[in-house]
Amino acid sequence: MTWINLKSRLAEKGYVASDDLAVALQLALSLGRPLLLEGAAGVGKTEIARTLSQVEDTRLIRLQCYEGLDAAQAIYEWNYQRQLLTIRAAAEDGETGKEVEQRIFSREFLLERPLLAAITQDSPPVLLIDEIDRADEEFEAYLLEILSDFQISIPELGTIKAVTRPIVILTSNGTRDLSDALRRRCLYTYVDYPDRATELAILRARCPDIEARLAEQIIGFVQKLRQEELQKTPGIAEMLDFAAALMGLGIADLTEDPAVMQSTLTTLLKTQSDQAQITREVAGRIAGRAA
Amino acid sequence: MSRVTKFAARDPGPSVRMAGFIAHLRENGLRLGVAEAEIALAALTHVDAVHPDDSRRVLRAVCTGCKEEIERFDDLFDSYWMDMGRVKQRVTPTVSSAQNDDVHSSRDAKGKEAGASGSATAPDSEDGEAESDGTGKLIATELRNFNRRDLRDLVRPDEIAVAEEVARRIGAALFDKRSRRRIAARKGDRLHFRKTIRHSLASGGEPLRLLRKRRPDRTRKIVALCDVSGSMTVYAQVFLAFLAGLMRVDNAADAYLFHTRLVRITDVLRDKDAMRAIGRMSLMADGFGGGSKIGPSLMRFADTYAKRFVDGRSVVLILSDGYDTEAPELTGLALQKLRKRGCKIIWLNPLKGWADYAPVAEGMAAALPHLDAFKSANTLVDLAALEKELARL
Repeated sequence: MTWINLKSRLAEKGYVASDDLAVALQLALSLGRPLLLEGAAGVGKTEIARTLSQVEDTRLIRLQCYEGLDAAQAIYEWNYQRQLLTIRAAAEDGETGKEVEQRIFSREFLLERPLLAAITQDSPPVLLIDEIDRADEEFEAYLLEILSDFQISIPELGTIKAVTRPIVILTSNGTRDLSDALRRRCLYTYVDYPDRATELAILRARCPDIEARLAEQIIGFVQKLRQEELQKTPGIAEMLDFAAALMGLGIADLTEDPAVMQSTLTTLLKTQSDQAQITREVAGRIAGRAA
Repeated sequence: MSRVTKFAARDPGPSVRMAGFIAHLRENGLRLGVAEAEIALAALTHVDAVHPDDSRRVLRAVCTGCKEEIERFDDLFDSYWMDMGRVKQRVTPTVSSAQNDDVHSSRDAKGKEAGASGSATAPDSEDGEAESDGTGKLIATELRNFNRRDLRDLVRPDEIAVAEEVARRIGAALFDKRSRRRIAARKGDRLHFRKTIRHSLASGGEPLRLLRKRRPDRTRKIVALCDVSGSMTVYAQVFLAFLAGLMRVDNAADAYLFHTRLVRITDVLRDKDAMRAIGRMSLMADGFGGGSKIGPSLMRFADTYAKRFVDGRSVVLILSDGYDTEAPELTGLALQKLRKRGCKIIWLNPLKGWADYAPVAEGMAAALPHLDAFKSANTLVDLAALEKELARL
């Protein structure tokens, strides 16, 4: 399968990928390497993993990172309550300590968390490690072991080797610099805001029944809005919300009713100062230029 | 642009060319290991490598690791594969040796050999004639500016040693912030189930000894921004020594210089040889001792690097006199933006130590409301004295 092939298969599922992204994905698939995606919030980093799992017809296992995420929540945890009960019950049955130990530290008592689940699937799943930059540096070290060898060592149980190699996609919003070691193990692509034609294709793919004229206007407006000095630049997700809001209100022309358009801007502008900055006049001006 | 580099006929094959390319990237500051060359070759087999655009995309995905590298990659790619940036050998050795004295000698030698003489026929060369002399040295961009000042004249090695001590003490004084993760600890606030159960086996399942865990303290990350404009020249000595010292004792610290623009010098200052670090820093700081644009520099910092390097655990140290040639409002806005990342901001002003000093410089006045601390510092002794005050933040 070439990357052009992959790109068209992604497009069938409603994801319009840039050439760079398609090549990187194709490489990640054929080389079996993790792919690190960076880019602003709302450019479709998470979505690509979801679409890829649909294209490959496989499970998507998602690990959402946050500060304080540790091995117990990401890799595995023992089922302590069950272990305690078993120990109690075993004592009454007169089992020896050795037997009990064998039993309570077996797979039966292991709670699988996303990373362990990902390497023990029968068919290779898509493993999405979302917002890796939010996890702390210590967690990156855990991840490195898994990403390089695809195996997890559990002291009580031994090393669990991957049955199949998951397709790993990491995303980062760049709130923290990732370690060089992690970057080195991954292929890398920076996902940027799409250009006009691409974004139009995305909108058409997601909202097939949108009118051509309105679609052009929406994309023109959003593209122009991104050039303004905003605290939070609207992403693709916001653009789709905006389109959905306009369609829901039955608006066929952006410049038609400034008041209604202004009220739908809440889907695009997500901070107070941004909303204050894009007044009705400014919005009208941008819409006029875009049309 | 569309001209593909024509390598000499004696070229041993694509693997050497790829090694040469990796060496070329490495010389230009991308951090790549031996494994990357292998992956790059393997990756090229998955696309139609004759098309330059496909190869470019493949190599970009393999060889780059961050946005800045992606931005530079196209030029580097062109200069190696597309016959641009070819420079006669006589001109260049000084450039490469001056910029790469931290590269291991063996690697460097290999890279040079491959980069310089590793030349072969290009895939689509019609005449099959090796027209290149194969001795050119490749550099992507000509970044040299001869208006620079050598900071090594300013900083002495013994000062760096003192500065290291000061930096260590300041780092220790900055109040630690607690982690959200818990680790095993004798006097913890929560039960450590895993260990408790493990130990209870010895007593037949009765958890006799309760083991605990707690949140460990995490050190604050220091981010230092040093003004090296004309008005700060006299103090530069102290502050640069401080920066060099800070970088050497604190692995998490981050340093920047600014005058009319902002440069990140963290990687440079991590050099094992302190004087060489300063030397490399002066290479980067062209424009040193010139005008100062504090507001735009801080704004640029808040917009770019801060998003990656500044978080709630950071303390931002700004070493500047506050004399700005740009609009003062910008300084205020930049600091306000920076504050939103949850960091502490400390401004160290060398002029504040003067009798009758008042922060009347407009930039300084605009900055004041956003600072957690505004202190004087113009000697290393002053900086050391800050220890106690910073501990109270």
